[in-house]
Amino acid sequence: MGYISRGFRGKRASDREDARLPPGQYLVDGFPVLSAGPTPHTPLDEWTFAIEDETTQLRTWSWEQFRALPSEDIRVDIHCVTKWSKLDTTWVGVSIDTLLEGVEHHATHVLAISEGDYTTNLPLEDVLDGQAWVAFAYDGQPLEAEHGGPARLLVPHLYFWKSAKWVRGLRLMDHDEPGFWESYGYHIYGDPWREQRYAGD
Amino acid sequence: MEGEALRLDGNAIAGTLGGMFVQDMTEARIACKGCGNVEPVGAEHAYVQAPGIVLRCSHCDEALLVMTRTAGRHRIWFPRSHWLEMGEPTDS
Amino acid sequence: MARAAVRGRLNWTLGEVVELIDETPRVRTIFLEVPEWPGHRAGQHVDVRLTAEDGYQAQRSYSIASAPEDGRLAITVERLPDGEVSEYLVGELRRGDKLELRGPIGGYFVWEARSDGPLLLVAGGSGIVPLMCMLRHRRASDGTVGARLLYSSRSWDEVIYRDELERLAAGSNGPEVIHTLTRSQPPGWKGYARRVDGAMLAEAAWATASMPMTFVCGPTSFVESVAGGLVLLGYPSNTVKTERFGPTGG
Repeated sequence: MGYISRGFRGKRASDREDARLPPGQYLVDGFPVLSAGPTPHTPLDEWTFAIEDETTQLRTWSWEQFRALPSEDIRVDIHCVTKWSKLDTTWVGVSIDTLLEGVEHHATHVLAISEGDYTTNLPLEDVLDGQAWVAFAYDGQPLEAEHGGPARLLVPHLYFWKSAKWVRGLRLMDHDEPGFWESYGYHIYGDPWREQRYAGD
Repeated sequence: MEGEALRLDGNAIAGTLGGMFVQDMTEARIACKGCGNVEPVGAEHAYVQAPGIVLRCSHCDEALLVMTRTAGRHRIWFPRSHWLEMGEPTDS
Repeated sequence: MARAAVRGRLNWTLGEVVELIDETPRVRTIFLEVPEWPGHRAGQHVDVRLTAEDGYQAQRSYSIASAPEDGRLAITVERLPDGEVSEYLVGELRRGDKLELRGPIGGYFVWEARSDGPLLLVAGGSGIVPLMCMLRHRRASDGTVGARLLYSSRSWDEVIYRDELERLAAGSNGPEVIHTLTRSQPPGWKGYARRVDGAMLAEAAWATASMPMTFVCGPTSFVESVAGGLVLLGYPSNTVKTERFGPTGG
């Protein structure tokens, strides 16, 4: 630990313990932008979202088709592995349940695939039953590119690196496979309530 | 925020690398496995606002280095770089 | 082997704040006494780390403003909206306080007065800091290579080191200093009054035949636009060195 800087508190909104904060987290006022690579700028008329398995594309939507799907208002707390949390964030998105409706598969896991090289893996049961969405609006506005727009995955019960920005598809898998940060030592599952930040936690 | 606001130069990770290597690393040259270009680390693109640090090729965006830190241990990965080359450490 | 001792790895050390100077309403220079400071090269930076009582840490990089020839180490910090570290350094830090830092850092974005070729410096806002270090170093070492600074600021009041730049420019072998003020200009202003663009670079930059060495520093979007513009003018990209400060500057 470093030298204690007289009078320094940092930007945290509050130091108090909050029952809604998982262990080791603090609240922030803004919405920090984190990124492992360049922000993509795919024009909407080229954007597609696909459900695929390991060999075939099973279903695909254009932006227009995607936006015609039933969507929901969402209000959730989010927790980043870098320790900041935001409570009561509001989004609009299409439930993964909707996207997978009628898709025949034997998957146990999914791999979320984004523009560029970013991926993240999740157990299938963690993205069903109203736990996950593909979100296209945040705080009443279309989702900004820096926050993952036009659409990102939203899986608030896990650390926010699992809510892949710039998501373009879900690959249905019959096994678990580490995605980007999981390949670099981050926890394969990522439950903030058990503080599963790194592999082996 | 417009465009590539979070994209920094490799010299943004000079301190982190400097804490691990005996010499300044921004002049070390790194070869990209994706496109074959060789550049000084300082000229490549660094993304430092993330769970880890990612250094990407300034020509083709492939991830040359990834650095993570857990429990006080730093690890460097070399996903898409062939080699890293530096001169003899000197006193300057 | 009679080689000088290998420099050790970068380590954190404590500097003491010995003087504070307000450069503009939002910008302050902090002078530090750092025991066993090994010296630095113009363009290098230090990492500064702040720790709260509960162990929370925040770290930022700041370019060194003082010339290598100066007696004291100085960094110049711009207070950013919502900047937790800059807020502390510009608003709270006092003389006598200690600051944890490591450095000097960076061998890529450096200039030495003995280098060849004219020097072109392009600064956006607080990106002036490492470039001012280069100009101070040039002055202190009686450098004679041509030097030109194109400096973009929002207004005359926000020009950092304004008076010193005038004095440097007026000195013998002084650099040519070209300002552009993008948001507001003082009455009677005859200089550039817009963001740096291709036309301005074509007028202000050295001809490529003179083989200049170029350093560009400022917010990421500024740096990318300027570097791209210089390459379009024919500057070989390996002669244009950049230091992006991220979205908001240093």
